[in-house]
Amino acid sequence: MLTKRVIPCLDVTGGRVVKGVSFVQLRDAGDPVDLAAFYDREGADELVFLDITASSDARNIMIEVVERVSAQVFIPLTVGGGLRSVEDIRQILEAGADKVSLNTAAVLNSEIISEGAAKFGNQCIVVAIDAKRVQKSAVGKGRLGLDENSRWEVYTHGGRKPTGIDALKWAREAVRLGSGEILLTSMDSDGHQDGYDLELTCAVSEAVNVPVIASGGAGKFEHFYDAVVRGKADAVLAASLFHYGTLSIRQVKEYLKGQGIPVRDV
Amino acid sequence: MISIIDYGAGNLRSVAKAVAKLGYQAEVTDDPKKVLAADVVILPGVGAAGDTMDSLRKLGLVEPIKQVIAENRPFLGICLGVQVLLTATEESGGYDCLDIIPGTVRLLPPDLKVPHMGWNQVKQKMAHPVFDGIPDDANFYFVHSYYVDPSDRSIVAGETDYGISFCSMVIKDNLMATQFHPEKSGEVGLRLLDNFLRLSLGEDSSWEC
Repeated sequence: MLTKRVIPCLDVTGGRVVKGVSFVQLRDAGDPVDLAAFYDREGADELVFLDITASSDARNIMIEVVERVSAQVFIPLTVGGGLRSVEDIRQILEAGADKVSLNTAAVLNSEIISEGAAKFGNQCIVVAIDAKRVQKSAVGKGRLGLDENSRWEVYTHGGRKPTGIDALKWAREAVRLGSGEILLTSMDSDGHQDGYDLELTCAVSEAVNVPVIASGGAGKFEHFYDAVVRGKADAVLAASLFHYGTLSIRQVKEYLKGQGIPVRDV
Repeated sequence: MISIIDYGAGNLRSVAKAVAKLGYQAEVTDDPKKVLAADVVILPGVGAAGDTMDSLRKLGLVEPIKQVIAENRPFLGICLGVQVLLTATEESGGYDCLDIIPGTVRLLPPDLKVPHMGWNQVKQKMAHPVFDGIPDDANFYFVHSYYVDPSDRSIVAGETDYGISFCSMVIKDNLMATQFHPEKSGEVGLRLLDNFLRLSLGEDSSWEC
């Protein structure tokens, strides 16, 4: 039986992992390789690295990070942040990433999804969607635009820019174009540790026939269970919760296993 | 020398990195001569079967792969690297493959999410030294939409459940091929690769059980 995946997300800038992790007995808590190896030992099923550097010379630093991590840690590695072209994707994959996560670039130029999928396979194109609940009845333009039934809007540029695009329509469109997986972040839940947005997660998971990774809002064990059972997520992602050691990946997996959710043994 | 066949897909180097981590030297190559001269050949794979077959043909690698396997030299196929060994695939509207293993590559049933992506158990269907130190039903990492359905069931070394029970690993003489990615399956994956390479290159180079 396919197991549910538990995935830590690491933010990288200037070749260093930012946030937390001071609790970990590491030689260097900001070193991507040390941290990746730590999470691997902890039972992480995959790793997501997000390059949060804005500058244009960040790409080469990130490529070097991916080279180093993939030479030491042998679980799937997804890399996102600032990838704008098929050539960017190729470089990151050649450095050792298994998948790339596309967010803003996919919204601005959706051909990057179809071209990337045609060249490297659907399995390595993850479309990351930052979704926020629609407050007032806003109506967007075009066939992906918000309409009176829309419940979530897609944001880009790290959650700063509303797009007028309906998140469910965008998820379906991304998959139609060749995305093999959706990394879904609820902007309403993110950072609050009150649980994943189960309605959003379930709606997207039922709208597409590819795996959905739930992200944003994990704070305790039950949240992971709910994301998988009620949100119908195929994988659950968290960042600060793991980095600050509030919960460990090992504990989360043991909890899920105890609740009858299939997970890979640590 | 271990040759890892490069036919232009994106992330073939993770296999090379895993082999290097295990302390072996490997060469990533698209040169038919080097493939023919290798002691061990690895055919990794991601992407589409049709493109892969086209690339193998264009690079003149079809005959070298057939020859290496016919000579019973150790050969490891991974993911698409197992699929292209069969007679034909349903992918890309139907495509002829290498026909080294009689059988068909079929699309996973549509009632489950495709691709089958993540960690799933491999039920060992034969006793073989390549499984040394690997528990039955150990989890390996899968990413695929199609599966191999070989006509000769005696070569099925592993089976995995995803809606249906499908063949996730074949062993035939010195040929081993996996639908999952040992190079991305953490400790058990590295162990399987290590067992394969040790059996292939070590003193006990016979694969007899």
